[in-house]
Amino acid sequence: MTPDKVHEILKAKHAQAVSAFDPNPKHPSIKIAPEFWRVVAKTLRDDCGLDYLVSLTAVDRAAELEAIYTLEVMDGARCPIHVRVLVPRDNPLIATVEDIWRTADWHEREAWDLMGITFVGHHNLVRILCAEDWEGHPLRKDYKSPDTYHGIKNNVT
Amino acid sequence: MNAPHIPKAFAASDVRSEEMLLNMGPQHPSTHGVFRVVIRTDGEIVIDSESHVGYLHRCFEKHCESVSFLQSVLYTDRLDYLTSMGNNLAFSLGVERLFTDLVIPERAEHIRVICAELNRIASHLLAIGTYGMDIGAITPFLYCFRDREKILSIFESICGQRLNYNYVRPGGVAYDIDDSMIAAIKDFCKYFRPKAQEYDDLLSNNDIFVRRTANVGVLSKELALSYGVTGPCLRGSGVKRDLRRDLPYSIYSRFDFEIPVGTGERGTLGDCYDRYMVRVREMIESLRIVEQAVSQIPDGPFKTDQIKGKLRPPKGESFIRVENSRGELGFYIISDGKDVAYRVKCRAPSFHNISLLTDISRGAMIADMVAIIGSLDIVMGEVDR
Repeated sequence: MTPDKVHEILKAKHAQAVSAFDPNPKHPSIKIAPEFWRVVAKTLRDDCGLDYLVSLTAVDRAAELEAIYTLEVMDGARCPIHVRVLVPRDNPLIATVEDIWRTADWHEREAWDLMGITFVGHHNLVRILCAEDWEGHPLRKDYKSPDTYHGIKNNVT
Repeated sequence: MNAPHIPKAFAASDVRSEEMLLNMGPQHPSTHGVFRVVIRTDGEIVIDSESHVGYLHRCFEKHCESVSFLQSVLYTDRLDYLTSMGNNLAFSLGVERLFTDLVIPERAEHIRVICAELNRIASHLLAIGTYGMDIGAITPFLYCFRDREKILSIFESICGQRLNYNYVRPGGVAYDIDDSMIAAIKDFCKYFRPKAQEYDDLLSNNDIFVRRTANVGVLSKELALSYGVTGPCLRGSGVKRDLRRDLPYSIYSRFDFEIPVGTGERGTLGDCYDRYMVRVREMIESLRIVEQAVSQIPDGPFKTDQIKGKLRPPKGESFIRVENSRGELGFYIISDGKDVAYRVKCRAPSFHNISLLTDISRGAMIADMVAIIGSLDIVMGEVDR
């Protein structure tokens, strides 16, 4: 499944959803409007055969937060394609895909924990790497680490 | 002989059975690090479980946004600390991918492959040794550590470190290797080849070990794919996927090697025994790669002279994966043209491999739970990052 083919299928099925396509052979990516993400994800898995969610990368893009889903076909030529979903920083909501790729469960928890993207419909969206009572989302660029945590002083300047 | 008299109160049908919550870890010898699992049990049987990770979270990704690319290599050592060479290699390849015209010298590529494969053998030796110990066999552990020690000594002579090497760096490797080190690697290849038989005699064909692992923790191909499982765990389920063959990086396309997969030889396809056997066989395939690479190693520079001064990759994004000893290790690196990364995301194989524990341990005995965790061969350093 080549990136061009994926783009073709998505264009045919969800013309409004695809907002940009970069066929760069080293790093192909498709940008999807967040409101269409769930239906597009189903098409990506069932029609494009992208059954393997390699990774979910959350990125702080100042005014927006970006979730990059790296997808691939397990049985076939290896060619990862990056699907970008951008949401506004003050209201970062993306529909969950944990039932489409089961590994998305932990990845979405991680993206929520560290970047603060809320995955709507996730069955158990709780912190995974930070402590349960941790405040804030450390990978955001404007994150300030706390001065103390349970009486432990933060001596990192 | 008359049957022994059993008082009626002790008949099995009269014994009450009830559910219990059992906390295993985070400090538990068989969870391979600080991994905690809460198990709902009925007697000895696991009805359900919930995994808790994060005890070893050291903000790897956040650190990468405040230290230079070259300093970040040092942090990658501490991800999967048993395969540091592979981690260094993955991160370096990711940084190099951001450049358009970087040429890595042939000698450096050979040294990288040799180190990565030797490290894979060392890592699998530890996996096999500790797995035997999880099951109750102490002796194989000592044999594995005897051989692993030889690899660590080679690494010590190459880069001065035994565990966290910081050796493979963007543009090449940190130091050149000399003839005495090449001779030591050749000696090791000769020494190690017949040793595989020893492991088979000690563990693979040991009846107790086979009974404890065959038909236990069966991981179906479909479940493995859905959870993004890679490495020996995926190949144990009969899927022939290996990035060294499917999407060759560095110079792996030049070498001749097999990809061992599970066959269900002692039980069901995808059981603990299959995952174990894949590791045993992979060590010999890695040894074949080392032998080929060490015999072809050319003279020349060990790092590129194209990088001068501070390492400043051009603006852009790159995603790279390598086949590490536990599966596909990936780095998503975003650079904004500075000497510090804008964002680094680590796609860790153990993070995927352990997330399915709940699904494959349902209905197993608690002792089998230990066998299952051991067969997945996780390193918490890379789960928690």
